[in-house]
Amino acid sequence: MADSTTPYIGGESTPAPGLPPQGEPRLRMRGINKSFGTVRALTDVDFEVYAGEVVGLVGDNGAGKSTLIKAVAGVGPADSGEIFLEGQQVHITNPQGATRLGIETVYQDLALSDNLDVVANLFLGRELVNVIPLNEIEMEKRGLSVLQSLDVKLPSVRAKVAQLSGGQRQSIAVAKTILRNARVVLLDEPTAALGVVQTRQVLQLIHRLRDQGLAIVVISHNLANVFEVVDRVIVLRLGRRVGTFDIKTTTPEQVVASITGAEFGELLQTTQTNGDETSGGNVQ
Amino acid sequence: MSINQNPAPTEKKVSAASVEVPSYIQRRTWQQLLRGDLGFIPVLLTLLAITVYFQATTIPPGSTEGIASGLFLSPVNISNLFQQVATIGIDALGVTLVLLLGEIDLSVAAVGTFGAVVMGVLLNYHGFSAWEAILVGILAGALAGAINGFFIAVLRIPSFIVTLAASIFYSGLLINLLNGQATLIIHDSQVLAIAGSATSFLPDIFGVGLPTLALVLYGAALLFDQLARRRAGLRTKPFVQLVAQIAVVVVLVGGTVAILENTPSPTPGQFLGIPNSTAILFGLIVIMWLVLTKTTFGRHVYAVGGNAEAARRAGINVTFIRVMIFTLCSSFAALGGIVAASLANAVATQINPALLLDAIAAPVIGGVSLFGGVGSAWFIVLGTLIIGSLENGLALKSQTTDVKLMVEGAVLLLAVTVDAIVRRAQRRTGR
Repeated sequence: MADSTTPYIGGESTPAPGLPPQGEPRLRMRGINKSFGTVRALTDVDFEVYAGEVVGLVGDNGAGKSTLIKAVAGVGPADSGEIFLEGQQVHITNPQGATRLGIETVYQDLALSDNLDVVANLFLGRELVNVIPLNEIEMEKRGLSVLQSLDVKLPSVRAKVAQLSGGQRQSIAVAKTILRNARVVLLDEPTAALGVVQTRQVLQLIHRLRDQGLAIVVISHNLANVFEVVDRVIVLRLGRRVGTFDIKTTTPEQVVASITGAEFGELLQTTQTNGDETSGGNVQ
Repeated sequence: MSINQNPAPTEKKVSAASVEVPSYIQRRTWQQLLRGDLGFIPVLLTLLAITVYFQATTIPPGSTEGIASGLFLSPVNISNLFQQVATIGIDALGVTLVLLLGEIDLSVAAVGTFGAVVMGVLLNYHGFSAWEAILVGILAGALAGAINGFFIAVLRIPSFIVTLAASIFYSGLLINLLNGQATLIIHDSQVLAIAGSATSFLPDIFGVGLPTLALVLYGAALLFDQLARRRAGLRTKPFVQLVAQIAVVVVLVGGTVAILENTPSPTPGQFLGIPNSTAILFGLIVIMWLVLTKTTFGRHVYAVGGNAEAARRAGINVTFIRVMIFTLCSSFAALGGIVAASLANAVATQINPALLLDAIAAPVIGGVSLFGGVGSAWFIVLGTLIIGSLENGLALKSQTTDVKLMVEGAVLLLAVTVDAIVRRAQRRTGR
């Protein structure tokens, strides 16, 4: 199962969850630019996420969140800019390339096959076989083990995905990334369209992922959820990174101001632009 | 140290109970079960109703034995029925594959006849041996399917239009190949032996031996799987259910074999046995079922049919799967055409007008969804038997083609309507 094509880089210790990030980020992007025709979607955006950290990527519609994620997921490569994984520069040109590097994206539409059961979905495209026939028992065992580590509860791992609730489906999409040896997980609106209980389940799931030492990026419109689950917030506005907040010392109002570019936000933006060289300087 | 490696199964005791919570299983109503796992019951009841109706209405006048003397369920007629449905069944297998992708193939009848014509022309005019001619005929079908697949999968032209055009094209091509001749008589004894001669039946040793072997392997595989799952600590079926499952299959297969083996032959004192064409059909069903459920390829077929975008993101080569499926479908069609040619001892330029309808209707009536991703190779058995029984029964009652077509059309519409309503209901209750 281990991906032999992935050079294993690392050896630095994962900081305890919640502590300020230090050392080399798991994933760092520098000077990302992207245009669609005459529209500049991203202008010189820097981004970084550390192992064992949850970063919230927020911004208004059209701020460039999805464009940035697509650049790192290989769906829509950037026009210019550099991407580093554990300090080594990588070139991501397609989704398969991103997957090989251990960068997994969980999309809003979940990308599950409703007509297949949970185990089949978990191993889709990476089935285990005994020479030719599928090795259902081994897949079921490994699937159960990952679901157990994420504390996911299901009626049966042989239930069709169509029969499951939104939260369970989201959990399966996340478990799938772990089975693929993800090092960075990008979650696009993980709690959209979920009920209260299910949202809670997914937020707990994100915490457990972090505790396993993964670097996690959460894109969300829901600031309440963001504040509950992330360690840092990075704000994009009109294709530029305009703010970075440590969640413990920030109020939602400050983030909202930064997103909308209200007066308080303008102030932040100038501060941030000055501090852009170091990227990630916390604005108090 | 990064710990996001796969937990090796030996490191930690996996317990199914910590993930699979029985109380999470919603109690399902009868209505929901009928739409889901027990979806075959309405189809089975329809087949029973058709059977009873024809059996009761084909009692010869003056018979004293009542319903038991009906012609429909007489062993000779059952043997006939199985031979008549072989072509529909083989074509329906190919159509099932295409339907699993949520696509359609309207060219099966034309491609099937085309394959048979290629075989016939090679046999009669080019001195090919029977097996060479059959092989080239099937390959011609495969090529036709690959071309369909190229337009559908690579150029993304709707399959409806591509296969409609292909149907018209091959109808013309086969007239061209036959050079204006309306019928090509097949004389080759080996080709006729497939389905069209008095010897087109399996010897008893195979007729009884092969199904028995298949049943033994099936039972052993189920038991072995049950034991392996228990050893791995996974959830297992109740033992009673397992035994019941094996018993039902043994009774169905054993019963069918017994009837066919005891069919009196036209030669007094002899028995016919299992028709070759039936053996081919069921052999193909078993192979296709194994490929669809036990291999990576089959898993990917269902994935593409269920959610092509998810399949693509999972790294599945969706284009390859689509081209392969259309190639397989047309290969099945060509084989079906060859079996039909053998049965009729001839190939005609006139394509059987009902064949296309029957080949698509059989899987749909059997429960293969028109919207992709749902269905099994076994579904065609009930669907094919319903279609075949209607044709056979109406013929026994001396009804003409007009009535047959009207009844079949109505049954097909009913089946598609049920499929669409079930889909809508699932969308309402699901998620």
